[in-house]
Amino acid sequence: MKYLDEFRDPALAQRLFDEIARITTRHWAIMEVCGGQTHAIIRNGIDQLLPDDVELIHGPGCPVCVTPLGMIDKALAVAARPEVIFCSFGDMLRVPGSHKDLFAVRSEGGDVRVVYSPLDAVDLAEAHPDREVVFFAIGFETTAPANAMAVYQARQRGIRNFSVLVSHVLVPPAIEAIVSSPSNRVDGFLAAGHVCSIMGTWQYPPLVEAHHVPIVITGFEPLDVLEGIRRVVLQLEAGTAELDNAYARVVSEQGNVPAQQMLADVFEVCDRRWRGIGEIPASGWRLSGRYRDFDAEVRFDVGAVDAPESAQCRSGEVLQGLIKPTECAAFGRECSPRHPLGATMVSSEGACAAYYQYRRLDRAVGDPVPVELGSA
Amino acid sequence: MCLAVPGRVIGIREERQTLMATVDFDGIRKSVCLAYLPEVECGDYVIVHVGFAISQVDEASALETLAMFKELGILEENLGVDGRPAAVAGPA
Ligand code: SF4
Repeated sequence: MKYLDEFRDPALAQRLFDEIARITTRHWAIMEVCGGQTHAIIRNGIDQLLPDDVELIHGPGCPVCVTPLGMIDKALAVAARPEVIFCSFGDMLRVPGSHKDLFAVRSEGGDVRVVYSPLDAVDLAEAHPDREVVFFAIGFETTAPANAMAVYQARQRGIRNFSVLVSHVLVPPAIEAIVSSPSNRVDGFLAAGHVCSIMGTWQYPPLVEAHHVPIVITGFEPLDVLEGIRRVVLQLEAGTAELDNAYARVVSEQGNVPAQQMLADVFEVCDRRWRGIGEIPASGWRLSGRYRDFDAEVRFDVGAVDAPESAQCRSGEVLQGLIKPTECAAFGRECSPRHPLGATMVSSEGACAAYYQYRRLDRAVGDPVPVELGSA
Repeated sequence: MCLAVPGRVIGIREERQTLMATVDFDGIRKSVCLAYLPEVECGDYVIVHVGFAISQVDEASALETLAMFKELGILEENLGVDGRPAAVAGPA
């Protein structure tokens, strides 16, 4: 039980584990949608401390991981232009495109900068009127209000040399795609708490009803995750399917209304490709017609990029919960956080990186993994 | 980049017609946009994601989360302190 002492309240964690074991009578597969939860689960060994019959499947909830290869290639093309200052969240820099990543563009002379907030990119544009500042607007519903505000502010402040490369994705259509897939194994979902703090909970009851699948809105602390799992198992054992909110200290039914209003102004729903999964209808946001002049794809005419994935990488199966990262032959060999073959190894929230970082190198016996772990 | 970090609002001001706050994350102070939580007051705890307050949270759970992030050494990383990109380098 080496992991238990790492919980902030080991006694409470033990009680939750015991309770989950007590109520579980058969095998259930539960998907945590959010990469932050994947991280907490692997870091704390929650999947290993749960009863064998409760299987956790790591979902597609890492925006860095699901940004399609073609979009990364577009970003690389824009970032390489001499007039451009390309701004991005830090975790995007090492995401492999077809041939290279943003780090490589930077070392070849591209002006690629990491920003903490999208508003920093707007300020940069104001400070450099002779340059074109492009912000890589990725993320789920949690990040979209920040990115929307950057576009809104740029317009308010009359900053014309600012544009955004938008690749936003939405959680409910992804859940819909997963439960509707013929290969679906998921019996219940932990929905991402911070997505719901923006969007509220009202989007989920139709999904619960249409697919008779329990969805529990869950936070990110290890104890939150355990409580979410307990509530999903309770429903599964009782044969019920309801929307339950286990993160009510942060998430309300209506969500953050000012943020939703801004989103409705700046973005509109579009079909979106997900890296490793493929196209999901109505699963993303792009700039609405009112803000199309801030669209970097229009401004720079980078064209359509159709890029094939690495043949070795199985991140698509990982993202859909069909295999665990350790089942990929490249895991820890050709593929590591320093040399990622797929996006799920790049972001710290990707399932492959989480398994790697927390030494989940439990491959077949006699099949040692060449270790290049830097930290002790 | 999905992580959201709780912190305490210690100052509120208007900047370029946008409501902004100074938020203290266990000693690290950052400028945070309050446009989506305009009713927040000094002393309140908020959850911050990429420079935006997205929801309010009670003090007890905010402090507990902060302590955990600090223990894991991921607080500075996720706040982009020193321009350090979030989690780019992997576990090295
Ligand atoms: S270990 Fe690497 S190659 Fe294998 S699925 Fe994960 S990201 Fe792809």
